[in-house]
Amino acid sequence: MAIIPFLIIFPLVIAIIMYCTRINKIRNAIAYLSAVVIMVSVGVLVCQWISKGMETITLYYNTELVDHIILAAEIVLMGVVTYLSFKYKKAWVSLLSICPTALIAYYEIFGPETREVVGHIYIDYLSILMCIIVGIIGSLIVVYAVGYMHGYHHSAHHSNVTDRRYYFFALLFLFLGAMFGFVLSENLLWIDFFWEMTSICSFLLIGYTREEEAVNNSFRALWMNLLGGCALAIAIVYFGYTYENVDLHTLVAMGTIQSKCAVICVALIAFAALTKAAQLPFSTWLIGAMVAPTPSSALLHSATMVKAGIYVLLRLSPAMSGTMTGNMIAFVGGFTFLITSFMAIAQSDGKKVLAFSTISNLGLMVACAGVGTSETVWAAIFLMMFHAISKSLLFQDIGATENALGSRDVEDMHGLLYMLPKLAIFMFIGIAGMFLAPFGMLISKWAALKASVDVRNIVLVFFIIFGSATTSFYWTKWMGKIISHSHLNGAQVKDKTKKNEMISLTIHAILMIALCALFPLVSETFVNPLVNEMFGSSENVLSNQVLFTLIIIIVVVFAVPFLAYLSSKQQTQDLKLSYMNGVNTGDNRAFTDSLGNEKTLWLSNFYFHKIIGSRKLMMPSQIFTLAVIVVMMCRIIGGVFL
Amino acid sequence: MIRIILTICYILLAPLIGGLLDGLDRKISARMQRRVGPPLLQPFYDVSKLLTKRETAVTKSQNFLLISYMVLMILTGAMFFSGTDILMCFFVMSTAATFLYFAGVVTSSPYASIGAQRELLSMMIYEPAVLFACVGFYLATGSFNVADIAKSSDSAIMYLPGFFIAFVFILTIKMRKSPFDLATSHHPNQEIVKGITSDIGTKNLAIFTVTEWYENVFLMAVVSLFIVNENPISIVVALVVVLLVYFLEILIDNASARVKWQTMLKTTWVVTLFTAGVNLIILMIIK
Repeated sequence: MAIIPFLIIFPLVIAIIMYCTRINKIRNAIAYLSAVVIMVSVGVLVCQWISKGMETITLYYNTELVDHIILAAEIVLMGVVTYLSFKYKKAWVSLLSICPTALIAYYEIFGPETREVVGHIYIDYLSILMCIIVGIIGSLIVVYAVGYMHGYHHSAHHSNVTDRRYYFFALLFLFLGAMFGFVLSENLLWIDFFWEMTSICSFLLIGYTREEEAVNNSFRALWMNLLGGCALAIAIVYFGYTYENVDLHTLVAMGTIQSKCAVICVALIAFAALTKAAQLPFSTWLIGAMVAPTPSSALLHSATMVKAGIYVLLRLSPAMSGTMTGNMIAFVGGFTFLITSFMAIAQSDGKKVLAFSTISNLGLMVACAGVGTSETVWAAIFLMMFHAISKSLLFQDIGATENALGSRDVEDMHGLLYMLPKLAIFMFIGIAGMFLAPFGMLISKWAALKASVDVRNIVLVFFIIFGSATTSFYWTKWMGKIISHSHLNGAQVKDKTKKNEMISLTIHAILMIALCALFPLVSETFVNPLVNEMFGSSENVLSNQVLFTLIIIIVVVFAVPFLAYLSSKQQTQDLKLSYMNGVNTGDNRAFTDSLGNEKTLWLSNFYFHKIIGSRKLMMPSQIFTLAVIVVMMCRIIGGVFL
Repeated sequence: MIRIILTICYILLAPLIGGLLDGLDRKISARMQRRVGPPLLQPFYDVSKLLTKRETAVTKSQNFLLISYMVLMILTGAMFFSGTDILMCFFVMSTAATFLYFAGVVTSSPYASIGAQRELLSMMIYEPAVLFACVGFYLATGSFNVADIAKSSDSAIMYLPGFFIAFVFILTIKMRKSPFDLATSHHPNQEIVKGITSDIGTKNLAIFTVTEWYENVFLMAVVSLFIVNENPISIVVALVVVLLVYFLEILIDNASARVKWQTMLKTTWVVTLFTAGVNLIILMIIK
């Protein structure tokens, strides 16, 4: 299967070409072409895998040369981090890169020979799913970015930012390559390398504008992720010395039978995944990441980066099921789900709402993985799929809206449906995908709730129940804003969305609806086998009765508003003015005030930012979760040695 | 077979029962206030009059949003009576409620918008108690399916007294009764006029009213689910309990004044946590 090295290496090569090509038109053409090539090669990979019977495949047993190249590349990455941390006078951050790299290098050079030769690449349902997400969503983001970055550098807002698009696109492709490598690798040393690579790519992307805020936020992202990287490196080396073996599935297998060393390693890697998935107390890096241009936010939030954390936790979930590590992860995830959904209510900046909701949803996925039963993993997989499409769609849409509207504040989107109808409809679909029945998020929540009752995880039940109430609140009020009648009197907004941005948005919206409509089918043919493979059971999470109900709901919820809309178009209704105590000036947009002047009517949503704003809640919840993690880690490690 | 009959009965008879309950409500309220009150069938007269009026609306889309609200609400009840998953029923109900919210805000009218905002807030406030009730049923009977819950050997309330209290408490919010009638008021001469329904008129108002009837019958059916078990006599007991609960709601409605949303949030969540929450913890330990 030559397609696999191609998937990993091709984006890296394109990254170099992007960096070297300084003529925009040529570079854009190459970017389009490569995006298509990546999508096609993911398709080829999937087809090859299906033609081989959808079975697990391990590949590349002898890879000495590649191992050396990877080690060298890791040292280069360390050099980059060290240089930049000294350049921006944050030298201490470089320690977090030097130490783990030194550790890994020491292990690779002086460590024990691996006892049995195993494959370095591992293909199964989960890695195929990740490849599809990274390949399709990631490539679409690249397509979108071509148009967006052009507008970005031609708008007055960003005139102080140097045009370094060659660098930006190089990073995007580098990121995709790293993600492919990450999800396909079986060897922990390779995983560590790609892990560091995604950390550093996101660091560079966040710092793209080189403004002070961007630099500060990028370093915050860097040190938090490198901290996770340290934990990962320690786990790998410890595991390697104990078992003379460094592959992921051995680790999971040893962890499942509660082997002492593996328990500690699983805990450390799970901790590392928490940093990557931006869970509390490490959530602030993802919020800070918003300073970067929108395509990089879309990439970080949907297809890459945070999903890497979830991917690792899903891999580890059989080993975490019912253990103390599992409890810690489930608790932190559940708590994050609840608290960040509160914080999301208090935000009016659209991108911030998205950021908090990403963290919140990731919290639910993390909690599901931590519980580690077949039901919760099933739920987590679907959450991940819906979240990837929906968030990518929403970020791209909000970027396009901001270009046209000059603002990304939810309050300014009052009546967006009448100002920018296309973008508003896409936004509507994206938001509906995040919480409304029958979109999959809700069904996953259903499964997560049921499973956490089954395993008697009381705390998690509380988190999910209150968290899902708050989640609906902030999404619904946003949707309401979009469809409200505009109070701007006839102000026309020009839709500046480029054709390529539109293509990407449309494909996302179609994917979203298709996934929703084909949900039962996807569950049956793909996700059930995935879960069964992981847990060795063969039960269906979705019973036939629920499945049947679900299909009815899907049909009715799609059909009813549509038919009702068509029928209401036929009707003749006399339009009257809205009630304003008799002082409506005649077009529902203004009223006569007590001095007899005409006053425009402004309506605003509830935010409660003084009660549940992030300034108020963030610090205490960070301290709390940090304390939980420290105590639990001590108990896990202490419990093994004592 | 019996499920299909029940479902059809719900779709056909729920408006009748809901309307009668509404009439009863008005009658009893009037007696509590020492008035004679309207005839029992007054709600039906009101709706039929609304239907014969010439149609008016602030925006055309109100109509299709309200129809969606109604159909989804009927679907919720129909799913419940056909014995499917109770959690799914409530999920569909929340989607229905979202359409009502849209119908409120789509006009950009000040009173309807503030009413809709408060309705949305109420949704957030009552949802935990509803989800707790579902989880409670699951723990008590081992199934989320209404059919299985209704056929269990003991009444669910034996295990779920706390959940029952929490559910009855949030019924006041769900039925938009004082002191929690923040989203809409019964009398148009108050601070938010008629809240979310301020700018819903004629046929649209008729749709809204009928949907409320469907909703009330569904909610009362959920109340009865706490009581019903495999013994047929329990159905009679359940009917008595439902009537008592309904009377209690009327009594509370007449005996209290509207509170601020802060008070509503605090009291409801505290009650939910200390009744349903504590009950849940105990249940999880013993079951």
